[in-house]
Amino acid sequence: MGGYRLKNGGLINRDKPVSFSFNGRKLNGFEGDSIAAALLANNVQQVGRSFKYHRLRGVMSAGPEEGGALFNVNDGAKRIANVKGTMAELRPQMQVYAQNAYPGIRFDIGAINSLFAPFLSAGFYYKTFMGPMRSTSFWMFCERFIRKAAGLGTASREPDPDSYDIAYGFCDVLVVGAGPSGLHAAAELAEQGRKVILVEQDFEAGGSYLSSGRPEDLALRDQLIRRLKTAGGQLMLRSTAFGLYDGLVTGVIERLTDHITDPDPHCPREITHILHPRHVVLATGASERGLAFGNNDRPGVMLAGALRSYACRYGVMAGGSAVLATCHDGTYEDAIMLAGLGMEITLIDARNRKSRQYQAASAAGITVLNGKVPVNVAGSSAVAGIEVADIDEKGVVDKVTTLIGCEVVGISGGYSPVIHLPSHRGIKPRWEASIQAFVTGQTSENIHVIGAADGVFEASACIDHARQLCAKMMGKKPKKQIRRGIPGGQRPLFEIQIEGRKLKSFIDPQHDVTSEDIRQAHREGFVSVEHMKRYTTLGMATDQGRVGNILGLAVMAQAQGLAVGSSGVTTFRPPFTPVSIGALAARERGADWRPVRRTPMHYEHLAAGAVMTDAGAWKRAWYYPKQGETIDDAYIREAATTRQNVAMVDVSTLGKIAVQGPDATEFLNRIYVNPFAKLAIGKARYGIMLRDDGMVLDDGTTWRLAEDDYFMTTTTAQAAPVMQFLEELLQRRWTDLKVHISSVTDQWAGMAVAGPYAREVLSAQFPSEGWSDAAFPFMGVREITFAQEGRDIICRVARISFSGERAFEIYVSADKGAALWSSLASHIKEGGGCLYGMEALGALRIEKGHVTAAELDGRVTLEDAGFGKMASKTKPFIGSVLRQRPHLIFENRPQLVGIFPKDRTGRFSAGAILCHPDQVSGFGEGWVTAVTHSPALGHWIGLGFISGGAEAWQNKTVMVADPVRDNFVEAEIVSPHMFDPQGGRQHG
Amino acid sequence: MLRIDCPFCGPRNHDEFTYLEDGSVKMPALANSNKNAWYEAVFLRENPRGAHIEDWHHTQGCRMVLRVKRDTLTHKITSVVPAHPEYKKMLASRDKPVRPSGKKSAGARAK
Ligand SMILES: [Zn+2]
Repeated sequence: MGGYRLKNGGLINRDKPVSFSFNGRKLNGFEGDSIAAALLANNVQQVGRSFKYHRLRGVMSAGPEEGGALFNVNDGAKRIANVKGTMAELRPQMQVYAQNAYPGIRFDIGAINSLFAPFLSAGFYYKTFMGPMRSTSFWMFCERFIRKAAGLGTASREPDPDSYDIAYGFCDVLVVGAGPSGLHAAAELAEQGRKVILVEQDFEAGGSYLSSGRPEDLALRDQLIRRLKTAGGQLMLRSTAFGLYDGLVTGVIERLTDHITDPDPHCPREITHILHPRHVVLATGASERGLAFGNNDRPGVMLAGALRSYACRYGVMAGGSAVLATCHDGTYEDAIMLAGLGMEITLIDARNRKSRQYQAASAAGITVLNGKVPVNVAGSSAVAGIEVADIDEKGVVDKVTTLIGCEVVGISGGYSPVIHLPSHRGIKPRWEASIQAFVTGQTSENIHVIGAADGVFEASACIDHARQLCAKMMGKKPKKQIRRGIPGGQRPLFEIQIEGRKLKSFIDPQHDVTSEDIRQAHREGFVSVEHMKRYTTLGMATDQGRVGNILGLAVMAQAQGLAVGSSGVTTFRPPFTPVSIGALAARERGADWRPVRRTPMHYEHLAAGAVMTDAGAWKRAWYYPKQGETIDDAYIREAATTRQNVAMVDVSTLGKIAVQGPDATEFLNRIYVNPFAKLAIGKARYGIMLRDDGMVLDDGTTWRLAEDDYFMTTTTAQAAPVMQFLEELLQRRWTDLKVHISSVTDQWAGMAVAGPYAREVLSAQFPSEGWSDAAFPFMGVREITFAQEGRDIICRVARISFSGERAFEIYVSADKGAALWSSLASHIKEGGGCLYGMEALGALRIEKGHVTAAELDGRVTLEDAGFGKMASKTKPFIGSVLRQRPHLIFENRPQLVGIFPKDRTGRFSAGAILCHPDQVSGFGEGWVTAVTHSPALGHWIGLGFISGGAEAWQNKTVMVADPVRDNFVEAEIVSPHMFDPQGGRQHG
Repeated sequence: MLRIDCPFCGPRNHDEFTYLEDGSVKMPALANSNKNAWYEAVFLRENPRGAHIEDWHHTQGCRMVLRVKRDTLTHKITSVVPAHPEYKKMLASRDKPVRPSGKKSAGARAK
């Protein structure tokens, strides 16, 4: 007979047929089907192959615990791997493919692994490839073949075409799971006036109400949803709470478009919700668990409750006849429901006593056999029948078995509460004997576990449990004890073994872990459950051990001679279900990975033909090529023009800090190594700051604008760390200083005009000001006005130089930056000057031996950078004590030097190592930090650090070794001030 | 995700803040030239299991340095006050602000 669709019934929409394909074969289902339901309705029994042995797999469950029906869905860039067919909604034109099966399910090359099963036992990969005798390279060589054969689902290699989002939410109560307990709790708490969010991973709310087969349950569900919504509560379907974090922050993944054939292209595929609830109510239910017996992974072997779910929720019968094997009363209700829908059922119950439901079952035409357990499934690609045998009170199974023919086998070993989320919070689970499973232990946080998730399985008890929680949250004392467990009790039953008979009993069907693997792990000395888990990979598949966890622990406990439950349980970690990386990254990808910072003159650079480059988050002009120019042509021309004529560069990215207040001078005097106490108003000074540990933090100029008003500049790279450090000093350490600091980096556009004709450009721009050396000396500061649209705009100008030429830095309000820049640029152009970018700026500063972040990398002292003489001997400053540590004043430390290639036509690269020519190995004597072609000197030069500095290497040859690029160049070490060492050009 | 209840901005996600350092460490006075005192203050840290006083900077908020009492075992935060003693005093003496929800005030929030 096989699987078929009932004529009526179920929650599917029979008016909306859905056509889809499975491995290319066209099939039909209905709206409201899961993929698995539709496949069973079409009598597709084999849906894939297992991970390791490539055994045939069928649908095993009707929920997130699925270990068999895992699919690849969609083609091309939208392909998704490891989709659980039991959870995924069917949609029109859906393309579903089996996993782990090449070239097809029926004929599978990898199935040959089954024949080698003894070699593929627990720890096989570790022992063969990771042992002391094997090298990592051997593993890496073999890995690609194993991975291919083992064949996990294959993700698309193309960029993800979908978009994702992150949303933040706040509520009083987050209820996880919209089953009977969750619905009752959510509705009632919302009516108490709390802001409630109820999340449900399924595409329908209702949990066990959906598969009960009782119309009154659905009516109750609808009523509860109405109550929740009327009271202002929010119900989120297709939303899985995947992690519970510190402060009860909960990660919820909401799937918006996977069930829609042509989704709105602007709708994100998934949204990661980061929720901040005050209380979390976990009504996550329980997973039915299987039993371990021979060939229990055959297609057609399913959880007993799943058979009922398919029949009642989807109107799908998995087969015409079934043997249900159980050890508790819960399965009787399933059997009666299935028998009523036309399934021929034999119920075997491991308990010897007759159940209270025995009469009802018999009346429904069910054959009930007591004291019997399943032993081995007959049939190779599908179920043909099942061998059953007697079990005595001690659990000994008779060797004599009887074969009962059937199409499907439904099994149930009881129900295990889903306790993953509290486990994320480090709450240790507690063994609860009445349900033979773990429940959540005590918690000090506002986490409440109710219903089946707490081992309360009876529907009316679940409602009581939910009501009791609501009362407790209103401050009332609980009235009555909520009863845990299945009414009628259960017999502990995990694995069925027969003496002298080897059965292939699967514990974790997704990772192909058998009970024998677990015993082997025990024999090899794995005592802790955490070790056993890692060695056998039990519970590490996408079902997170929902099916095999308790079974595996029971087998382990038995091997150790311990009571089940005393071995403890492995810690569950987030995520509860697989979460796409895209949903975690959300909008922060590609160009939106981080915000872009543009200077006020950004579009002027683009208009001038600049090639832009990234400097941290900033976009900066790199060089301004003329027609046909390469980058080298362009920057050499720009640098030469600066030295010979005049040029302008955008320096808006420098950090700018307003330091104000009566104690501003004292503050600066403490943070800079050099004296600042006597800096005159209208003057700038170059300063260096250290960290507490004595290393250089940053350098820059600080301008005194008034008695109590300074304008500090920092390097681009250190702008944020310097600001934070200064705030920290004022708020934690020097709380008596009356100083206020504010970052004004974004408020001021900055530009530097440099070159022998800089003065002429400034005179043309600001004709009323005096620009002579006498009127505006080196390090002078002045505020002048710039007429713009009839208004006077204040500019701050200082005569300071990074290029080594006569230069002025001009700052103007950011919104006027572009106007001033354009105006200055036209004056520069008239005189034959140019704009220059980062590359030329680098060339100019390297020629001068001026340091930047490449040199000041946090490991450099004042002396290393050649600034030893700047340090004040008369005042203490940040770092003044610890910079005297013995290893920091060691004479032979690497110090800043200039580097010339011996053969002046030679060139080398930053990052190269400086070595003795006769010892080119190891760490060498130093390193190269920056290189450039020097237009002024006519050859390549570099900056770097070398032991002992320039003096120690006078008249000696070093080897600039760059083994990565296979470049070895002989060089001489010179002073870092390679051009105009006296500084005559900038001063006069 | 930790939530830090900034006295100036209200409860915010910890990724708005930058951890600075152990808030119980007292730096030597700037004029103190004892190398050992500086060495101990800059380099030596306890790694306690349990209560910990730490300074956090509300970098993407009010830019204040906050002294946070946090349990390193449970991540439970029991107190957040300004590191600057004057600000701390000013906040404590001010009328306790009432939250829109009508719940506890800023000072009483640290339970
Ligand atoms: Zn704040």
